[in-house]
Amino acid sequence: MSQTRRILAAHAGTDSVTPGEFIEIPVDLVLANDITAPLAIEEFGKLGAGGVFDRDKVVLVLDHFTPNRDIASADQCAYVRSFALEQELTHFYDGGEVGIEHVLLPEEGLIAPGMVVIGADSHTCTYGALGCFSTGMGSTDIAAAMATGMTWLRVPDAILVRLTGRPHRWVGGKDLIINLIGMLGVDGATYGSLEFDGPGVENISVEGRLTAANMVIEAGAKNGIFPADRLAVEFLRGVGVDAPESGIEPDEHGYVRQIDIDLSAMEPQVALPSLPSNAVAVGEVPHVKLDQVVIGSCTNGRLEDMRIAAEVLKGKKAAKGVRLIIIPGSPRVYRKSMKEGLFDIFLDAGAVISPPTCGPCLGGHMGVLAAGERALSTTNRNFVGRMGSLTSEVYLSNPAVAAASAVTGTITDPGEIV
Amino acid sequence: MAARGILKGKAHKFGDHVNTDVIIPATHLVSNDPAVLGEHLMAGHDPEFAGRVTPGDIIVAGENFGSGSSREHAPLAIKGGGISCVIAASYARIFYRNALNVGLPLIESPEAATAISDGDELVVDLAAGRIDDNTTGKTFEVPPYPEFMQRIMDAGGLIEYVRNKS
Repeated sequence: MSQTRRILAAHAGTDSVTPGEFIEIPVDLVLANDITAPLAIEEFGKLGAGGVFDRDKVVLVLDHFTPNRDIASADQCAYVRSFALEQELTHFYDGGEVGIEHVLLPEEGLIAPGMVVIGADSHTCTYGALGCFSTGMGSTDIAAAMATGMTWLRVPDAILVRLTGRPHRWVGGKDLIINLIGMLGVDGATYGSLEFDGPGVENISVEGRLTAANMVIEAGAKNGIFPADRLAVEFLRGVGVDAPESGIEPDEHGYVRQIDIDLSAMEPQVALPSLPSNAVAVGEVPHVKLDQVVIGSCTNGRLEDMRIAAEVLKGKKAAKGVRLIIIPGSPRVYRKSMKEGLFDIFLDAGAVISPPTCGPCLGGHMGVLAAGERALSTTNRNFVGRMGSLTSEVYLSNPAVAAASAVTGTITDPGEIV
Repeated sequence: MAARGILKGKAHKFGDHVNTDVIIPATHLVSNDPAVLGEHLMAGHDPEFAGRVTPGDIIVAGENFGSGSSREHAPLAIKGGGISCVIAASYARIFYRNALNVGLPLIESPEAATAISDGDELVVDLAAGRIDDNTTGKTFEVPPYPEFMQRIMDAGGLIEYVRNKS
């Protein structure tokens, strides 16, 4: 069986589950944000349930259009806030406690291996990096789970992604996942699990794994999962979660397909407009002039990402005409970046440092693109109009490439300037 | 209203990988009202699209329709914009689930999705599992909607269906 199916079987109270089978299982954590929670709360109200199933297990984060973008967003946040207070939710994040949800929850110690986590946000799949099952759903499904603590799922089949080798200096989790989406296509893993294993896993940091798992949805996958190995267990201990190591233990019957990736042979990857599957090595990107570079998001807004960006930007300035926006993904990342002196490097480079928010990734605020503008972003989607005007363009990369490109004004291999 | 489960309208044709940012750009996600969301239907492709829809019209698209975010506002915008159902070659997972939950009928038919042209006049019989293209005279057989799914559509979504039952 795949690791995903082991977790689902354990929750279903059976020895095994079969791909295609429908199961109803208890959930360990239910998540929504300021965009998806209002609709979920409305549907929750119609159910007439009264209270949530467990006030410790429903998490609401006001991260998308905050600090409030406009009156309509402020009204949505106010609606969610009043529900969270009325329900006395333990994990409600507002004001200065807000982090980008998928950066925040692992840091808060809310995620552990073996859990089932569902969220009204497609990038809920991020948490699979820590050996759990996590997936995105819509607001109505989340409303039902908030009321009952249960959800239904169709059991996925699985693709095994076997990693070998040690990546080069400027290659990490983002490059792995862009490369993989390029191989699979944007619907190559639809309904399935992507399970990462092999000797190369230990050469990808836990933060890099969170980045990789974050984007499995861009290949259509239901979830992605990494082994809870020594590195993951150490990370979890650091956030107050005690968990034993647990592997993927691939067996020949568990997977419909195996993909082998040699990390040592990989160059930094860039996804060209307007699909995440348009993957090319950084050296093959056509010369284009950039108007904006964004470093942040639920994909690449963690401390390691900030450190990598600072390493490239140290003593350099963003090119004239390039707006560099850096978004530490949580209050912890923000404070640590500040204490480590990264903010001085960013400010010296001419960057804008934003509070934690999803903001520009989805064309919300804090960096929307004008007609004809072009951005390189460490976010997860480069769809037409994703970050603003329908005639703007988005390229995706890791933080090192983004930082180097901010300096030159065109998409650049960090090895060329560091 | 037409007979139960019979939908009639003009086809609006789209390609592969129509994502939720195309269906309803994130900047409009500050309302849960299908009518308000419907005013911006397909604004990520063409902001004028919503104005060209006659109630009952049908969206016909290629592979992986509804890919991207989990926003349930996408099927709500399609409903609110006056679209009676979607016919596509295939659907993204979260969108499929969301559409059924909000009572938007989806039909998966690679054959119909390829053969139908923009502007064709269509008649869809969900219960019988049949699409008639009255412009070309072609007919497509599709798996009929199960009775309970038809009732969810009739109720206007999962929550209403559950409330009506209790």
